[in-house]
Parts: sequence; C-alpha cells; structure tokens
Amino acid sequence: MSAQEQLGVKAQTVETSVDRGSGNLKWRHFKGKILTVLGWFSIIFGLGMLLVLILDVVNKATGIFSGGTNWLTWEFFNNFDSRFPARAGAKAAIYGTLYTITLTIFFAFPLGVAAAIYLEEYAKDNWFTRLVEINISNLAAVPSIIYGLLGLQVFVRWFAFGRSILAGALTLALLVVPIIIVASRESIRAVPSSLRQASYALGATRWQTVWHVVLPQSIGGILTGSILAVSRAIGETAPLITIGALTFVPFLPRNLFDVFTVLPIQIFNWTSRPNDDFRALAAAGILVLLAILLTINALAIYLRNRYQKRY
Amino acid sequence: MTIIHEMDRSNPNAIEARNMSVYYGSFRAVKNVNLAIEKNRITALIGPSGCGKSTVLRSFNRMNDLVASARVEGEILFHGENIYAPGVDPVNVRRRIGMVFQKPNPFPKSIYENVAYGPRINGWKLSKSQMDELVERSLRGAALWDEVKDKLNQNGLSLSGGQQQRLCIARALAVEPEVILMDEPCSALDPISTLKIEELMFELRQNYTIIIVTHNMQQASRASDYTAFFLMDSDRAGQLIEYGPTSQIFQNPKDERTEQYISGRFG
Amino acid sequence: MAVTDLRKPINPVRAIGERIIQIALLLAAAVSIFTTAGIVFSLIFETIAFFSEVSIIEFLTDTEWTPLFANQRFGIWPLVSATVLTSAIAMVVAVPLGLIAAIFLSEFANDRVRRTVKPLLEILAGIPTVVYGYFALTFLTPLLRNFIPTLSIFNSLSAGLIMGVMLIPIVASLSEDALSAVPNSLREAAYGLGSTRFEVAVHVILPAAISGVIASIVLAFSRAVGETMIVAIAAGQNPRLTFDPTVPVMTMTSYIVQVSLGDTPYGSLSYHTLYAVGFTLFLFTFVLNIFSYWMVRKFREVYD
Repeated sequence: MSAQEQLGVKAQTVETSVDRGSGNLKWRHFKGKILTVLGWFSIIFGLGMLLVLILDVVNKATGIFSGGTNWLTWEFFNNFDSRFPARAGAKAAIYGTLYTITLTIFFAFPLGVAAAIYLEEYAKDNWFTRLVEINISNLAAVPSIIYGLLGLQVFVRWFAFGRSILAGALTLALLVVPIIIVASRESIRAVPSSLRQASYALGATRWQTVWHVVLPQSIGGILTGSILAVSRAIGETAPLITIGALTFVPFLPRNLFDVFTVLPIQIFNWTSRPNDDFRALAAAGILVLLAILLTINALAIYLRNRYQKRY
Repeated sequence: MTIIHEMDRSNPNAIEARNMSVYYGSFRAVKNVNLAIEKNRITALIGPSGCGKSTVLRSFNRMNDLVASARVEGEILFHGENIYAPGVDPVNVRRRIGMVFQKPNPFPKSIYENVAYGPRINGWKLSKSQMDELVERSLRGAALWDEVKDKLNQNGLSLSGGQQQRLCIARALAVEPEVILMDEPCSALDPISTLKIEELMFELRQNYTIIIVTHNMQQASRASDYTAFFLMDSDRAGQLIEYGPTSQIFQNPKDERTEQYISGRFG
Repeated sequence: MAVTDLRKPINPVRAIGERIIQIALLLAAAVSIFTTAGIVFSLIFETIAFFSEVSIIEFLTDTEWTPLFANQRFGIWPLVSATVLTSAIAMVVAVPLGLIAAIFLSEFANDRVRRTVKPLLEILAGIPTVVYGYFALTFLTPLLRNFIPTLSIFNSLSAGLIMGVMLIPIVASLSEDALSAVPNSLREAAYGLGSTRFEVAVHVILPAAISGVIASIVLAFSRAVGETMIVAIAAGQNPRLTFDPTVPVMTMTSYIVQVSLGDTPYGSLSYHTLYAVGFTLFLFTFVLNIFSYWMVRKFREVYD
C-alpha cells in the first residue's frame, strides 16, 4: 500500500489512527536509484555508440583489429578518385573541403558578426528588429537540404554561378550565418554594460565603443561559436549534393567557378558503391573528416579557455 | 576653449537645468527640475532611492540617451546652450562632461591604455611623449600616480577597488572635461578608499565642477559645497525639494521634508 | 549667448563613417530576411510551375510516386509515410533516452558530472550525418540481420535507430536547459515538504518544465524530418506506401538527393518535383518549428 493511499483512505475514516510517518521511504528512495541507473545507462548508451562507431570506422579503414588492408595510406591523400579502389584517393575532396570552407568563412563570419553587432548594439525595439529575430530563429531550424534548393535556384541558376565552389560556399554561408549570429549575440551580451557606459561617458561614439571595448571583450566567444558553426558546414553533405557538387572530380579546382567535390560527398559516393573496398575507402575518408573536425573543435576549446581568463 | 572661457566668465553656472522632466516611456521619472550648478564647486544630489537623483545626473551628459525609451523635456544649459537641442551630438557633450560610475569599471586593458583610451578615440593627435605626459598628469590628478607609476602596463583590473575607482577618475580627467559627474562613486568602496576619493574631490574642485550623487548623508555634508534634495512625489515622479549651500541644508533646512530626511526619519 | 561647438561634430568624417557603418550593419542583419524570402520564393515559384503540370488533387490523393519512370505518378504519400516512419523510429530511441538523461543530469548528477557529460553528449550531435549513414548501412544493418533475417539491406529500422542516437543530445540538452531553468524555490518547497529527489524531479520539476521539454522533443522531430544523409544512405530509394520498417523506402529528403544526383535539366518536370517535395518538407518543419517556438515562449512566460 502506498503512502498516498494510507493517508487518503484512513484520514477520512479514523482521524486519530492515521499513520503520520513517511510512507515507504525505502521504496520512495529506490525509485530515485532506478532513475540514476537509467540516466547513466542513457548516457553510456549514447557515448558507447559513439565509441563503437569510431572503432568500427578505424577498423574498416585500417584493418587494425581484423587484420585487413590499410587504406589510410599516403596514396589516399595524394590520389584522385578512380574506378579502381586501389588507385582511388581523396585529394580532390580534401582540397575541395578546404577551399569551400575557407570561402564560406570569408562570407559568413563578417556577415554573422555584423548582424549580431547590429542586433545587440544598434537595434531599436521595432518591427524590423523583431522580424529579423523571428527570421533568425526560424532559419536556424530549416533543414539544410532546403538551403541546397535555395542555392540551386538563386546561386546556380539566377546568379549563373553554375555548380561551382562559389555557389557551394555561398549556400553553406547562408546555412551557418544564423548559428554565428546566435553565438555572437550571446557573447556580446555577456560584456558588462558598465564598460560600454564608461566608454560613452568619455565621448566615444557607438562604433568606437563596439570596436575598442565590446569586440575585444567578446571576441573569444564569437570565435568559438563561429568555429563550431564552421565545423557544422564541414560535415554538411545534403545542400552541396542539391546544388550539384560532383561526385567524381579527378582534378583540383582552379578558380571560384570550377566544379568541385568535398569530403562528405566523396564519402557518400564511395559508400553507395556496393563494394567492400570502396566502403573501406569511405571509412578512411570518414577518419580524415573526423580528424579535421576534432582539430577544429580543439581549437575552439583552446580559444575559449584563452579568452575566458580575463573576466 | 580660451574664447569660450573669456565669454563665459560672467556666467557663474556650469550647468543649468530649466524645467526639466525625464520620462521612461510614458512614466515620468523626474518632473520640473530647476537647478543651477555653480562652477568649481561640489554639488551633492541626495534623497531616498527612487527619487530620481541618478536620472537627473545622467541627463546632464545625455547618458540617458542610451536607454531607448528615455526622453527629456525642458532645457539643460551648458555654456548657455541647450544640450538637448536638435543637432547636438551627445558624443560631444560627454567628452566635455565626464562621468564616474557607481562600481569601478576599468576596461580590461593596461592602466596606461585605460587612461589613453579617451584621448585616442577622440582623435587627439598626440606624440608618444605628449601622451605619456597626459597619462601621468591624469593619474597624478587622480592621486594614483605614485601607486602605479611602476606598473603602467599591468591590467587595470589588477588594482584594488579604491585604486580602480581612482583610475576611472583619471580616465575621465584625461579627456579634459569641464564637469565631472559622479554616480555614488564610493558606494562600493571601504571607508579609507572613500576618504581618499573625497580628498581628491576637494583637489579637483579647483579646476573642475563636480556633481555627485550620494546615498551617504555624512559624505554629502562633509564633502560638498551645495546640496540638492530630491524626493519622490505622490505620482512617483522625483522632484527637487530644496537646494542651497550644504551648511544651510543640513543645519537649517527650509522644507519640513528635508529636515525629516536628514534627521533620518525616513529614506 | 556663449559660443560653443556642441552642435558641430568633433570630426565630420567620423560622423559620416558612423552612419555608413550603421547602415552596413543593418544590411547584414537584413540578410536573414532576404534568406527567408529567397527560400520561400524559390520554393513557391517552382512549386507553382509544378502544379501547372500536375494537379494538386493527384499530388494529395495518389498513392504512388514515380516521376522518373515512363508511367509518371505524383502522389506525395509514399515519401511522407517514409519520412514519418523513419522519424518515428528515431523518436522511440531519442525521447526516452534523452529525457531520462536530462532529468538525471539536471536533478541527480552533481556539477562535475554535468559539466563533463553535457559536452561529451554534444559530440554525438556534431558527427556529420553522412558518417551516421555509413554506420547504419555497414554496421547496424548487418548486425540486425542476425536477429531479423528478413531485414532488407536498405530499411527504415537501421536508419531510424541511428537517427535516434544522433538526436539524443538534442532532447537531452534542451530538456536539461528547461529543467534547470525551473526556479530553485520550487525545488526547496518540495524538499521542504519531505519529498524525495525522485518525487521532486518527476512530480514537481518535470511538470513545471513540461512545455520546454515538449519543445525540445518537437525540435528533435523536426530535425529528424529534415535529416537527409542517414536516410538517403541507409533507408533505400524505393518510394512505397508502407509502415513496414524492414523494407526499403524513400523519404522526401532521399528523393531530393536522388534527383540531384542525376542530371536534371533546369525547368523540366523532374526539376519542378524537387521544389514541390522541398516545399512540402519545408511546410512540415515550419509548422513543427513554430509549434516548438510557441511552447518555449509559453514556458518563458511562466518563469521569467
């Protein structure tokens, strides 16, 4: 019989004989223990999957546990794609990723930070500001493949950039700008307003205050958030497939208007070939991709710690 | 500057508020204040919390402009010119009417850069040696030079609270303002640091006009020449109750409410 | 009247510069409006072109989707059913695990555990989806075939399960935010009445944070609906109206990928189908996002 039943039932009948104890305390605490165990299980399950995934990919790429072929060789980095697994490499994809991402940062970072500065330091509370804010929060939740359809229509067709690196980078830039804006705003908002007031009281203009006081204080958070946004762009596949990034590119892009491929698309391409060797190549590609992401995230953590010490 | 001083010599007032009201949205925070601040004097604004004394202070250098909903009616004259007149650049006003805040707020930069910030952003073209000199003069003016002269490159935040506040005063002095507004500058400081700031205010009086908001009535009575007493009216708008020489306000107040406040009966 | 220069900008060049900077920043902020407008217009534009060739009735009532075959049929339901099926499987994994993890982290774990585990879980959300797709196809499906011999190589079960793993941190992290945003006074009140930790968490804090928790679940579902690479790789390319998780299906996103991989001439009917499907997908996620946005606001109104 539960505590509630005891209290509820007996209280109505014989007031004096009510058990005014704490019910079955053992059971009540035990439920908490069960939840703790389930909580740990959920976390370990998630992280365990991550571990299995990584070990599986490492094994398929290098054959380190099962004694298979090692595909993560120098040729893998230095060869273009090929119809023959033994000769296929990810050179075009790796370079393509580096070029595309550099260009994406070039477009997205200034745009995102500028919009964040506007919203935090300049914007008045009016319909325009509210419209911008609603748009940003909605855009952050639009599926990435929709951005691909936007890029296909606007950059590839209307601007006639074709299926080029430029069109790809612009598409990815639009995708990550909302993320950069959100992270930058948070970081700018964390700057104590007393510093702004001190600057204004000395006769500083709005922009001088932003440039000399607000940005130096918030740049750590802005960089961290932007780097994480960019790492999202590095892993994106769907929007680039949609704008028509090619799956077979046996050369390096020579200019902004050249066709291109990126690492995730190369991985996708190799995965969809029903051939174990190609799938092993895909695993090798995944390892390279994960290594790039790990490096970038480590950089973000380093920057955050470095800039966090001041205040 | 010299021309202004020549022509202004006849005018004994540094700042004059005429029938000033301040609104936040539709709420009137301060109403119908008439107040003439004499040059080279320390004027204290006192009153219970919420009486609008800080709001009045912040209207004197248009810091209230930073609050989107704030609006000032009436006139505030500085050298005979209304600082709220159309076409007046608040940046220009703030350069000449400096401010020190409640909590010390040095920039997370070196002591030197904190002081040099104002001249730099105002585009003063100073040579390295001129800037060094200005920084030293400002720090001396704020009675901080001897304590920091060997560590000018250290972060301003490494100083003690009282030192930080004097650094903020030095920072304000560096842009050579005529008036310095102080918004409860000692409320975050210990008694010894407070005393130092008060001594400093007496020094600064020779060259500057000082307006200080304070919660501390002893401070107002010992460290100011004039005192203005504010009180919240029944409609919650702050208004000026009484204004006069400090000795008169504290020893012989004309208004009953002033007497009640200074004798500690409310607030 | 004294001569002062309050009206004169200290430096006219600087005053103009300030103005230019402000306008430039405003334009940067306006890009978000242009992006939304671009998305909506390009989708609507091509969708209208699509419906000038295919009747909306056929689109909404036909049960077959074969635009790339000789016998063209344009019923959206096979794509919608596959999208809902894979997303539902994902939610079966993500909601219980994510929610329990959230309650545990918010109400049971100490600060150190919370600070360590949260970023670790976030890693799951940071793995590129193409990697999850690969894992579902080459690891999970062969593994599951040991237990379900009839499981096809491409199936919604593996894709959905892996997608669920990917979504655990979204549910966990956002729900945890909602739970820990419940004011401590409520916790103290419940403990003060002699509640156990479990009772505080489940009977007091969870109901108080419920709209934030629901918002996180809806957001995760919206993410699942829009997820592309996992289903494109592991769930198959066979549009069929079924809720059997063991057979190949085709989601809305998989269809867009399939058409994009082929050589689709601009302005052709198959080009227009991209946008008709894209528009349907956009509407789905838009409604879900608005709903979750609304739930979060409702939650904030109570506790801010």
